[in-house]
Amino acid sequence: MHISEGVLSAPVLVTGAVLSAAGVFIGLKKMDYEKIPEVAVLTSAFFVASLIHVPIGPSSTHLVLNGLLGILLGWMVFPSIIVALSLQALLFQFGGFTSLGVNTFIMAAPALIAYYIFAFPVRKTNHFLCALAGFGAGVTGIGFGALFAAAALIGTGEAFLNIAKVIVVVHLPVMLIEGIITSFCVIFLKKVKPEILEVNR
Amino acid sequence: MHLEEFAEGNSFFHRLDPRVKFITIIPYIFVIAFMKGLNGPVLSLIISLVMIAFTGISIKKLLSRLVVVNAFVLLLWIFLPFSYSGTEVFQIGHLKATREGFLQVLSITLKTNAIVIATIAILGTSEVFSLAHALVHLKVPDKLVYLFFFFYRYISVLHEEYIRLKRTMTIRAFKARTSIHTYKTYAYLIGMLIVRSYDRSQRIYKAMLCRGFKGKFPIISHFHLTIADLCFGFLMTLITVLIAIISKNG
Repeated sequence: MHISEGVLSAPVLVTGAVLSAAGVFIGLKKMDYEKIPEVAVLTSAFFVASLIHVPIGPSSTHLVLNGLLGILLGWMVFPSIIVALSLQALLFQFGGFTSLGVNTFIMAAPALIAYYIFAFPVRKTNHFLCALAGFGAGVTGIGFGALFAAAALIGTGEAFLNIAKVIVVVHLPVMLIEGIITSFCVIFLKKVKPEILEVNR
Repeated sequence: MHLEEFAEGNSFFHRLDPRVKFITIIPYIFVIAFMKGLNGPVLSLIISLVMIAFTGISIKKLLSRLVVVNAFVLLLWIFLPFSYSGTEVFQIGHLKATREGFLQVLSITLKTNAIVIATIAILGTSEVFSLAHALVHLKVPDKLVYLFFFFYRYISVLHEEYIRLKRTMTIRAFKARTSIHTYKTYAYLIGMLIVRSYDRSQRIYKAMLCRGFKGKFPIISHFHLTIADLCFGFLMTLITVLIAIISKNG
């Protein structure tokens, strides 16, 4: 879901940068100094998790899990994701610095949406409800991410309409897988270490 | 995990002050990103190639990196030529490939590669920690820099945890398939990774408190600007202004 450099138009790049900067600013305000190690090491964990390829039919997909990250971090998901994407831009040139703002927004904004809709039901004691909310968070994270990526491309030019459609369609199965995995993951955390979910953000 | 592939070396670029690197590369890559047409992108790709030549990075490593980056660009080559109206080049069924479309996608390809190669030449040749250090001097919010510092520091640790968990799965004869069992297993693996990272972060914070952490990292070594840094900064600024003017007029 990373849009590489040199593709998007100036207005889209600037809009993405401004929105992400605002998100990062709010996220940093909410992150006390004592929270830094927690957010950082969690970001490392998600970075490592994104290296995992899960099979899907004859192909495979790598995990994103931004919905889950959103549930765990709330607004702090913005600093977390911008830091991870900066490193990717630095080491792998995947994404990149000019499109950093747009790419951060594409991943972090859906995570925040997932947080506002599903963070409350996930904390419920009912396991079925919790699993359902986890599924919703996974689907939301990828679904909105694909939509925002498509919007960024279409905003650059009408010519990108077909690619934008392909991106959304390709992400449909990924959405399902992320939903399933996030759902199981939330249940697991609830059984093994509920305080990770309980913390008030 | 060996991450900083390009940071080893002793070229001119490896020795540059990271602060100067940031100050010069940001305008340079944004000017390229905002370009239209072909003149500017061709020129900036040549400039980026000259820079990478100075770094002494092996062409094989560079190419393997560029292949990955250009995967997205390849997708554009499949769709974009057919999406612009203009002079027809060839036709497949109802789809018309136009000259305008090809020029557009060529421009994007040149820009992408010019930016990526410049990023590798300038930022890739510094160690990640010294870049983070430079960000402190450039007034990036300190919380963000500390976050970056810890995040990068613990990737390799968490990756080891991951390898260990994965080994236990292999021992229990786990085989990845398209099945709920596979997804559940991966979900639990990730859940365990999150639990371990949480526990570890609590220990880290306690260790920081033990060492008297008060919201600030003392920095012992400092950067020193040399004549070479200043020359490079001046040259890059000149180049950036020049390509901006050329792409505007061309």
